[in-house]
Amino acid sequence: MSGVVVEITRQKGKDEPIVVGRGVYEHPFIVRLCHWLNTIALFVMVGSGLQIFRAFPSFGAKIPQKDLLHWPKQFAIGGWLGGALQWHLTFMWIYIATGVVYIAYQIFSGNYRQVLFTHRDIPDVWPMVRHYFFFGPKPPTREAYNALQKQAYTTAIVLGILSVATGFAVWKPIQFSWLAWMMGGFHYARIWHFAVMWAMVAFVLGHLVMVILHGWNNFVSMLTGWKKDPEY
Amino acid sequence: MDEKKFRQNSRRELLKLTPVLALGAFAIPNLQEGLLKKGLRFSDWTAARLFRPRHLATTFDDSEVTPFEKFPLNTYDVDDPGVIFENWTLTVSGAVQKPGDYTLEQIQALPRVRQNTRHICVEGWDVIGRFGGARLSDFLGLIGADPTARFITVNCADDYYESLDMATAMHQQTLLCYEMYDRPLTREHGAPLRLQIPTKIGYKQAKYLTDLKVTHVLDRLGYWEDQGYSWFYGL
Repeated sequence: MSGVVVEITRQKGKDEPIVVGRGVYEHPFIVRLCHWLNTIALFVMVGSGLQIFRAFPSFGAKIPQKDLLHWPKQFAIGGWLGGALQWHLTFMWIYIATGVVYIAYQIFSGNYRQVLFTHRDIPDVWPMVRHYFFFGPKPPTREAYNALQKQAYTTAIVLGILSVATGFAVWKPIQFSWLAWMMGGFHYARIWHFAVMWAMVAFVLGHLVMVILHGWNNFVSMLTGWKKDPEY
Repeated sequence: MDEKKFRQNSRRELLKLTPVLALGAFAIPNLQEGLLKKGLRFSDWTAARLFRPRHLATTFDDSEVTPFEKFPLNTYDVDDPGVIFENWTLTVSGAVQKPGDYTLEQIQALPRVRQNTRHICVEGWDVIGRFGGARLSDFLGLIGADPTARFITVNCADDYYESLDMATAMHQQTLLCYEMYDRPLTREHGAPLRLQIPTKIGYKQAKYLTDLKVTHVLDRLGYWEDQGYSWFYGL
């Protein structure tokens, strides 16, 4: 049902109803549910992951140990290594489940066309970059997401899959030895897991900035599904 | 659509998201511990199902082994609990046909296995070490362990304790280890006998073994596990 457009009307007395706006149903329920559950799960995964990292904040040898960075405890979840592992090993199931349900829904409903960046979006990339970064004219809006948005969301989904794959390589480097092997062994899998996490954090920060810039209606649409007065 | 109906519809769609609030249970102090324990137990349950008894841990060339002096020491208490080697025996009890005290010579008389495997600490570091010893499965055969028993438990000279599922105990790379780098275990690394389990996380590899029990029930899990760490922690 996503993509449904309605005219919002106002009835005054016995007059003909007048059109006061438009609404488009952009985000089906499953998408919104998965989005918010995943948001919370991601928050916990990053926070507890950083606490786990604090136990050995290095990617080199244990002897001698050269720390990469000291992440402050106040910005981590779990309090201690064992506690953080409990959070991480609990919320990873929510993170995975919402990811799987989301992707399955997108594929089977066909809703993926709204999000997935394909070769057809390539010609629209440069005009959008020019608009965002070089004060170029705003390209016409024809659908929910422009080419750069699709590119960003598609990347985020790929990062989500990679975060799970690298995570399993770290958690089960023997049972999933093929995964660990693809990443260069356990030692490198841990580095990849860390790198993918920061890439995901970078996406979230960019995502938040764009949500703030694009206004309230845009934000509300991820809660109610309906976007009022869309630009297209 | 009338604007009132539109607002109503929007509100209804918003309310459909209330299940998300259920995650707020994790923020309630009284519920948090129990929920996280359940999550950890579910992860352990999954991990036990992912374990393949015949799947081997990767082994490495001698050239890839971390030098002995760079093999880290993690003790929870003392580097050396002062085991007197002359008097040392491994006391075997529980669901076995031949309980009693076993000497190091009896264990060393079993086929010797040497393997270069990766040792991964829960903290995140890893090293490749060279280990030698007897297969735990061979020793379980020697003492006539009940094959239907579910667990092996060990006690250590430094009061550390651990437990192991039978499937992992029977794994062909699980060793009663008395050698590192082709030399007798040093005191800091757990002489005279320690567990070496390439398919498990570091803290399961108990040092300075004194007692081994074959059992159907666990009354305690392990030193770290009883403080909230994962029990199965298979790699």
